[in-house]
Amino acid sequence: MGTRISVTVNGTVREADVEPRLLLVHFIREILGMTGTHIGCDTTNCGACTVLLDGRAVKSCTIFAVQADGRAVMTVEGLARDGQLHPLQEAFHQQHGLQCGFCTPGMMMAAYAFLQRTPNPTEEQIRWGISGNLCRCTGYVNIVAAIKDAAEKLRASPARAGGRG
Amino acid sequence: MIPASFEYFSPRTVPEAVNLLVRYGQEAKLLAGGHSLVPLMKLRLAAPRYVVDLNRIDGLSYIREADGFLRLGALTRHAEIETSELMRGRYPLLADAARVISDPLVRNMGTIGGSLAHADPAGDWGAAMLAAGAEIVATGPGGTRTIPVEEFFEGTFVTALRPDEILTEIRLPQAGRGQGGAYLKLERKVGDFAIAAVGVALALDGDGACRRVGIGLCNVGSTSLRAEKAARLLTGQKPDDATVARAAAAAAAECDPASDLRGPAEYKRDVVRVLTARAVRLAAQRARGGA
Repeated sequence: MGTRISVTVNGTVREADVEPRLLLVHFIREILGMTGTHIGCDTTNCGACTVLLDGRAVKSCTIFAVQADGRAVMTVEGLARDGQLHPLQEAFHQQHGLQCGFCTPGMMMAAYAFLQRTPNPTEEQIRWGISGNLCRCTGYVNIVAAIKDAAEKLRASPARAGGRG
Repeated sequence: MIPASFEYFSPRTVPEAVNLLVRYGQEAKLLAGGHSLVPLMKLRLAAPRYVVDLNRIDGLSYIREADGFLRLGALTRHAEIETSELMRGRYPLLADAARVISDPLVRNMGTIGGSLAHADPAGDWGAAMLAAGAEIVATGPGGTRTIPVEEFFEGTFVTALRPDEILTEIRLPQAGRGQGGAYLKLERKVGDFAIAAVGVALALDGDGACRRVGIGLCNVGSTSLRAEKAARLLTGQKPDDATVARAAAAAAAECDPASDLRGPAEYKRDVVRVLTARAVRLAAQRARGGA
């Protein structure tokens, strides 16, 4: 039943034989051993499993790994470059954009895609942009502040915008 | 949650995909955006033996005006409709509906064709397409045929598509002068299905009277519904307060909501009344050239 897939994850080609029913999030966490991508609700609601698939933010619990064959996936591990935190990570750190931290990888990946399209967002746009990601601590005030801060950092140094996706 | 095992196909052309449906019939399911199918499979409410992934077929994702129609490829994602300048400028009913479907992450995957073929009465596209007077293009072993959307929804999760047909395109009358539309939805929180939602498409003549009116209702019946009486009450009339109120009351009377976690039936009927009035007024305002 194994299907050979080849997925570029954070810039590195990863190959594996997978069952078609294997979900992308399980491929990332269990086959590749990259546990930054979280499984929260497992029902397409919470966004903890958010990754980029060919640049679009998607819920990896609701996509089969075989669908990513030949495509590019970026996970939270792809944000930092050369040991340097990405401006989004710096902003979440500095603005305390997390409480328990469980939703944080998904929040940052959704924010990463959002800021590429909306580099100078209003608070309203940010809230709309992360409306597919739930924070059970309800720490939204600081999450929104962190994304606003990240937007400013990225506008100041656009060279730091890209991750290893 | 782990879906049951299945055999996976990723055809490159529509005829190849149709052949797989011919071969496997009801045991095959088509995978478009997958944001209804995959959750159902994870819950084991669906366990197809064969999954036919349409995402590697080129040429099924497009938004274009041609031959007097707006043509939408079945694999067009909700987010593409939401962000399309053409949609925002000329098809506000569709742009409105796209932006209230689930959440931004789901809209990056979910497709208009998949949503219509799934035929969930809570799906927003069903109501929007009934309002717009759309046609559904189905491709099967014998070629393509066109199904008026009012004949498309046969029951909850049941459509006029045959087991060996694929929904390949959605066609709407091309927007012209004096046309307007709106889609309004009340939901408990972002990402939830509608408590109720109402889509309106109308055209105003030179005197400001409604020439063509379509009203679609979401999640207040066993299928997406057309509010036919409400539309008739508006046709030929100026959408003044009294006329709009009569039409809104008619829409509330002709829907058939069920009491559930999202509220009692009487409440949902009243939501339909209020949203219908607001959507008609907004569509008329847009038809006159206002925002």
